[in-house]
Amino acid sequence: MADGTRGKGDRKNPPDDEAALSARLQRLGKRLAQANRPSENGSDPRQTADPSAIARGFRLSTELVAGVLVGAVIGWLLDRWLGISPWGLIVFLLLGFAAGVLNVMRGAGIVRERRLDD
Amino acid sequence: MAVDPIHQFQIQNLFPVVKIGGTEIVFTNSAAFMFAAVLGITVFLVGATASRSLVPSRLQSAAEIAYEFVATTVRSTAGTEGMRFFPFVFTIFMFVLTLNMIGLIPYSFTVTSHIIVTAALALTVFFTVLIYGLIRNGLHFFNLFVPKGVPIYILPLIVAIEILSFVSRPISHSVRLFANMLAGHITLQVFASFIILLGTGLGVIGWIGGALPLLMIVILFALETLVAFLQAYVFAILTCIYLNDAIHPGH
Repeated sequence: MADGTRGKGDRKNPPDDEAALSARLQRLGKRLAQANRPSENGSDPRQTADPSAIARGFRLSTELVAGVLVGAVIGWLLDRWLGISPWGLIVFLLLGFAAGVLNVMRGAGIVRERRLDD
Repeated sequence: MAVDPIHQFQIQNLFPVVKIGGTEIVFTNSAAFMFAAVLGITVFLVGATASRSLVPSRLQSAAEIAYEFVATTVRSTAGTEGMRFFPFVFTIFMFVLTLNMIGLIPYSFTVTSHIIVTAALALTVFFTVLIYGLIRNGLHFFNLFVPKGVPIYILPLIVAIEILSFVSRPISHSVRLFANMLAGHITLQVFASFIILLGTGLGVIGWIGGALPLLMIVILFALETLVAFLQAYVFAILTCIYLNDAIHPGH
């Protein structure tokens, strides 16, 4: 509820007011940090999963490649079976790329992992 | 005389075991190293627990550390319910770790540098998640692919992406371990061949120059030891994360 009143207060300011914007961003950051805290505790083992930067980088790159690869293979097989070449490949390559990006974001912890009963 | 860095990964047939149809099943060096790893783990664990005492011996505390390490990982990632999969995760972790470590011994064979091995392990995990998830949660398991709070008109797209993301798991799971081991061992071999090429080709300058890759190889070997452990750990923790989906699929 407090957020709503704060939001109203912000709206009075001119939109190009740099100070107000940065203050608002700060507040947002603080709120996000608060909202993330419990899930951060939950995903702690996740963070320690790849202590070294090489392992982390490698992990993320394989996630992306795997997504694209699976999309390409499924699309290619659909083309072969249904004779809809090249549409299956086009569509599933794009979907696979999206899945790869999703994998990477999950792996990097940007998108919250589907966790226990949330 | 260029050294072939791929040569170390060659499968050698040791002796034929049985012939099924047109396919001959042959006992290879890969199988031999797998047996060695299983034997090593068994000897280690049985030996460690044979003379249990309240004040553990060195071997016993090593086994306890291994147990505690994996148990903590499973509990923190998949929850207490995940402990029913502890034997599975512990087996995978110890197997991969031992194979990685054996592979670091010069002239030995690195089983985990073959994608067929890591893919078999990853697919086992994948199908365990799929089958156990379906048995435990029934069709509710498929809610895994349907995130909450998504507008209905983009839901089909999201579901397709989620399914692809799920299917791509065994690939990234297996490729990561395989590629790390393969790349690390090739790097070691290439640097080692630099030493030989410099040392035999250029006389005294070569001897001095050869010291650099020698130093490099010492550093790389330390790194590879870390990678060997780390990749086994990452393999185990990803197994836990995937199993967690089977135990608690999201809404």
